[in-house]
Amino acid sequence: MYVNDEKIAFEEIIEGVREFLAEEFEIDPSDILPENSLKETLDLDSLDYVDLVVLIEEHLNIKLTGEDFKGIVTFSDFYSLVRQKLGR
Amino acid sequence: MSKRVVVTGMGIYSCLGTSIDQVRDSLYKGESGIIFDPIRKAYGYRSALTGMVARPDLKPLLSRRQRMGMHEPAEYAYMSTHQALLQAGLDVDFLETTETGIIFGNDSTAASVVEASDKVREKKDTTLIGSGAIFQNMNSTVNMNLSTILKLRGINFTLSAACASGSHAIGMGYLMISQGLQDRVICGGAQEINQEAMSSFDGLGTFSVRESDPGKASRPFDRDRDGLIPSGGAATVILESYDEAIRRGAPILAEVVGYGFSSNGEHISNPNIEGQVRAMRMAMRANAIRTDQIDYINAHATSTAVGDSSEARAIYELFGGNVPVSSTKSMTGHECWMAGASEIVYSILMMQNDFIAPNINFENPDEDSARINIIGQTVQRKFDCFLSNSFGFGGTNSALILRKPGE
Repeated sequence: MYVNDEKIAFEEIIEGVREFLAEEFEIDPSDILPENSLKETLDLDSLDYVDLVVLIEEHLNIKLTGEDFKGIVTFSDFYSLVRQKLGR
Repeated sequence: MSKRVVVTGMGIYSCLGTSIDQVRDSLYKGESGIIFDPIRKAYGYRSALTGMVARPDLKPLLSRRQRMGMHEPAEYAYMSTHQALLQAGLDVDFLETTETGIIFGNDSTAASVVEASDKVREKKDTTLIGSGAIFQNMNSTVNMNLSTILKLRGINFTLSAACASGSHAIGMGYLMISQGLQDRVICGGAQEINQEAMSSFDGLGTFSVRESDPGKASRPFDRDRDGLIPSGGAATVILESYDEAIRRGAPILAEVVGYGFSSNGEHISNPNIEGQVRAMRMAMRANAIRTDQIDYINAHATSTAVGDSSEARAIYELFGGNVPVSSTKSMTGHECWMAGASEIVYSILMMQNDFIAPNINFENPDEDSARINIIGQTVQRKFDCFLSNSFGFGGTNSALILRKPGE
């Protein structure tokens, strides 16, 4: 996985996250801004969080659980979670 | 007092076409929808013959969340139901403010189950299957998806009765409306087309192996048949009470005037003449339909020696040898869970357009088929009333009678 390559900047990884989130949830990537709400922007219901876990595992090779999303409001919060899980 | 029940819309997504007009033309021309599918051969099938229809692209029509729980059965059913609702003049705004039900025939979701299982085997973690699989995997997948998308508020269940599923679904909708329990029910049948769904059926050795000539392989009632050919897609009919159809100004395509059913109580796969006759008799009894009023019989006949012969005998026992009979499975192959519904659509199309579609590939009768009037070539003929048979594994039998709308 490219995310394990230390030479790749975290910003580049986040750009990739924005792309696959926009594609999967069928929204305009420009709506994914750090300060925007993850839930509202992606229009997530309880089932969609299940798919979010699958997506993250597929693309970033990290395993999240429902518990991990507690306290995650904005994309910025979400990126911090990803950073922590990647050990960056 | 029972209410009159009419058909106000229909839709079809089958190997004969993906619109009513295409399918009407294919039926009239006697075109086969059977192909050789190399994927099946590589998978280990004894016979790689199948009816085939492309999976629809629903992205322009439905949201991501609406599509997530859909695999082939629900996708096909959405396509046929979309057509049927348009013809009936129904939309979601109307459906969500009235009481409309859905009873759909479906009896497998094999491919989606295999896909979900494969994922767990690979990942060793069920939380990585994804949210859509459960709604694809359950047999009620058509009902749960369509009732949600269409915002239905009436009766809502799936009917599983093997190759008679679609027919019983229409019969059940008919009973619901005739008893005054529903004004309107979306009925139909769906059948997935993939190697996972039909491999165990192929394993019984009941499929035709005439792979060098796919269009000639399905030959119900013909002496030289060598087995059936699986197929699939979906068919939908909108059933409404006559009063409601008139009140809405909906088109009335046909009237359902009989539904009969029976169980053989014998072998799990072998047919039974007595059970078939009982179902047909029951269908005629409710409205005192006489045998001479049936102008056409759309036979269940699938192109197996035992099945075709028993049905030919059952038809002869009840109707004698004059009533025109054809099996549209000669063109479509066996649409299994969908067949009972699609064959109602095919027969209504014939009745509306004044022709009887041929039982193609009927070249030489056997002892039983020689005694009934099998239509081998398209016949131009007005007719008013037809009977459609559907028989399934487990000895479940269903017969429906429809006629031209009258006053």
